[in-house]
Amino acid sequence: MMPDLGKYTFEVLACYGITLVSIFVLTGITVLRARRAKQVLSDIETRVKEVRHAD
Amino acid sequence: MAASIWQWANPVKFIRLSDRLIPPLSILTAICLCTGLIWGFFLTPDDARQGASVKILFVHVPSALMAINAWLMMLFTSLIWIIRRHHVSAFAAKAAAPIGVTMTVIALVTGAIWGKPIWGTYWVWDPRLTSFLILFLFYLGYLALWAAIEDDDTAADLTSILCLVGSVFALLSRYAVLFWSQGLHQPATFSADKETNISNVFWYPAVLCMAGFVLLFVTLVLVGCQTEIRARRGRALLMREGRLT
Amino acid sequence: MIALLVRDIQLALRAGGGLGLGLAFFLILTTLVPFGVGADRQLLGAIAPGILWLGALLSCLLSLDRLFALDFEDGSLDLIATSPIPLEGVVLVKALSHWLTTGLPLVLGSAPLGLMLHLPAHGFGWMILSLLIGTPALSMIGCFGAALCVGVKRGGLLLSLLVLPLYIPTLIFGADVARRGATGMSVETPLLLLGGISLAAIALIPLAAAACLRVNLR
Repeated sequence: MMPDLGKYTFEVLACYGITLVSIFVLTGITVLRARRAKQVLSDIETRVKEVRHAD
Repeated sequence: MAASIWQWANPVKFIRLSDRLIPPLSILTAICLCTGLIWGFFLTPDDARQGASVKILFVHVPSALMAINAWLMMLFTSLIWIIRRHHVSAFAAKAAAPIGVTMTVIALVTGAIWGKPIWGTYWVWDPRLTSFLILFLFYLGYLALWAAIEDDDTAADLTSILCLVGSVFALLSRYAVLFWSQGLHQPATFSADKETNISNVFWYPAVLCMAGFVLLFVTLVLVGCQTEIRARRGRALLMREGRLT
Repeated sequence: MIALLVRDIQLALRAGGGLGLGLAFFLILTTLVPFGVGADRQLLGAIAPGILWLGALLSCLLSLDRLFALDFEDGSLDLIATSPIPLEGVVLVKALSHWLTTGLPLVLGSAPLGLMLHLPAHGFGWMILSLLIGTPALSMIGCFGAALCVGVKRGGLLLSLLVLPLYIPTLIFGADVARRGATGMSVETPLLLLGGISLAAIALIPLAAAACLRVNLR
């Protein structure tokens, strides 16, 4: 299954590892921030509606 | 002009469109990246000269490509913001910067790791490497300026101007560096940009990886724009609410 | 415009105006270099052009953050902006006064400092000439950075982060002129390119810097 990387095993694995980790972290942060922004906005919108109804 | 491209500059329309685009785009990104990287890692032969280390190409080249393209895209959106003042355009530039800087770091680090066995050193002051380091510095300055200014529109204006001026200087630095290191170093031992030098065995998975990185970039920028639009709408509502209560 | 120039220079000359500060920093930096790399004559002579250029660049940076910030804080920048002088002209005058009070002393100070670093005798002329041509570009580019950061509280560090990458081409060509001059090679190409950068900076940077000021004064 695992290809024979010869004397470059460490280099190749390190490069793939670093790339994948960076991409996952970047995607994770982006998605998390998107979710939070969505949540915060819907909270604010419901509160604004409540205030309007209270008037 | 019912279907002008500028209609997507309307935040509501933009959110509606991007909501529809993001799921298929993310699936396509995952498919391209997975196939490309697995193909590149498991199914390509070793290079005659570079052995298995040639597999690094499939992460190094696409990230380097996106590092430059992200800056070009920021330049383009900054221009649109300055000329036509569409907010989505400024948000897109803001969303692209962190992705661009990540890509630059990936390209620099994988390049250094690749350089060690092939060139015998992690770092040479080669024109191409130095230009990338300078690009990284420009990204840092751009991000720092966004972070330092509180008012959204002021920040968008100033970063756009910085992006334009920075682009001129980045280009100037590129040629200055070429001039500076002329004759000091051997030319790049291996150039992946010359597609003609790459046989098809490496070319197909490399194209897939590049497509994957491009799609990843587009998807993340769309998500980032949505985040920014929602955050600003939230702030605007809060201000109005403050007047209500 | 001349009145503005005179006012700025007078402000810089007054105590605490920072005129001597840049020069003193340049001197200290050059004094520290031999402690860091050793006092070997040959080594110092070889790196002297680069050190002097780096020192001039950093000393230039030191006085940038007060270029617009003080006027911005006490409101005189608003007054200047509403005056009949175009904002581009204001930027040009500010950069000129910065160059006269920082750049020019650095150029003159580089000669004795070159002596301290064992700069080869035939390199002095090129060293001073390259600084004379290059420092206006440093002042202009710094002016742009200062205009960008004028609204940012405690923007000193941000300013260096923004301005230093912009200094790269000027540094490359300037230090190259000085180095080639010191080793007796032909200096024409980098000298012409350095002059080109300076002239382009003087011509184009005021537009960008004035745009930044307009945004910040909104």
